Amino acid sequence: MSARIGVITFPGTLDDVDAARAVRYAGAEAVPLWHGDHDLQGVDAVVVPGGFSYGDYLRAGAIASLAPIMREVVDGAAKGLPVLGICNGFQILCEAGLLPGALTRNAKLHFVCRDQTLRVENSATAWTSGYAPGEEIVVPVKNAEGRFVATAQTLAELEGEGRVAFRYVGTNPNGSTNDIAGVTSANGRVVGLMPHPEHAIDLLTGPSVQGLGLFTSVLAAVAGAPAA
Amino acid sequence: MARVVVDVMPKPEILDVQGQAVSRALTRIGVSGIEVRQGKHFELEVDDSVDDETLHRIAGDLLANPVIEDWTVTRV
Repeated sequence: MSARIGVITFPGTLDDVDAARAVRYAGAEAVPLWHGDHDLQGVDAVVVPGGFSYGDYLRAGAIASLAPIMREVVDGAAKGLPVLGICNGFQILCEAGLLPGALTRNAKLHFVCRDQTLRVENSATAWTSGYAPGEEIVVPVKNAEGRFVATAQTLAELEGEGRVAFRYVGTNPNGSTNDIAGVTSANGRVVGLMPHPEHAIDLLTGPSVQGLGLFTSVLAAVAGAPAA
Repeated sequence: MARVVVDVMPKPEILDVQGQAVSRALTRIGVSGIEVRQGKHFELEVDDSVDDETLHRIAGDLLANPVIEDWTVTRV
């Protein structure tokens, strides 16, 4: 039986369709999850996709982090449920306290939309185990609030514990601290990144197929693990 | 009912790119010597049963993000 990966839709989510497609390309079943439900439908892992949930009102991800489905995701993550946050999803996971730091307005205020080279800094997480350590991948980045910031103490912990999952290579698109593009939880089960691996799974529509690795990696992580 | 104001500002060490942009725009209307930092101002109509502890909790849990912002709660 194939793994079942939940993809959440909030009001204002844009990339749930592409995320679900990436899940299917990886060989898993994509299960639509609704923001207003208190039900993860027994999925093996969850993707929180990008967009502008709740219109980015208050702060990007702030309102969504309190949605009913996110209470379930927070509880699930505490039990080891793999969770991936992409772009707005990363912002939501930070606001929900599942990942450290915050995403702020890009340096120079530009909305950045381009293909971006990333280096996989930690290939031991639930979402990156299919990559080689230090492997470089090209995926699209598209955001206005992707500049990762954290306290000096948090940054020291992230760097010291190898919890920077992805780093920008070449140009830093938004002034992100230490070129950080994505981070992971201490147990490696929760990962968030600003760039969009779900847009890089098919050469017809993306710059590479190198984003698919996140969605195939998690299949190994959930194989044999009990469902949420 | 009481009126409560919550002001939220980016922490001093956080780069405030919006405030910088406003500062630069000021020079275009001929005003120099002003540096702007931009934050948020919330006006709350609060039932008398809501205590100060609750007000500080909602400010820190929702209205502001403690990672990047400072806030003040003022009964007016």
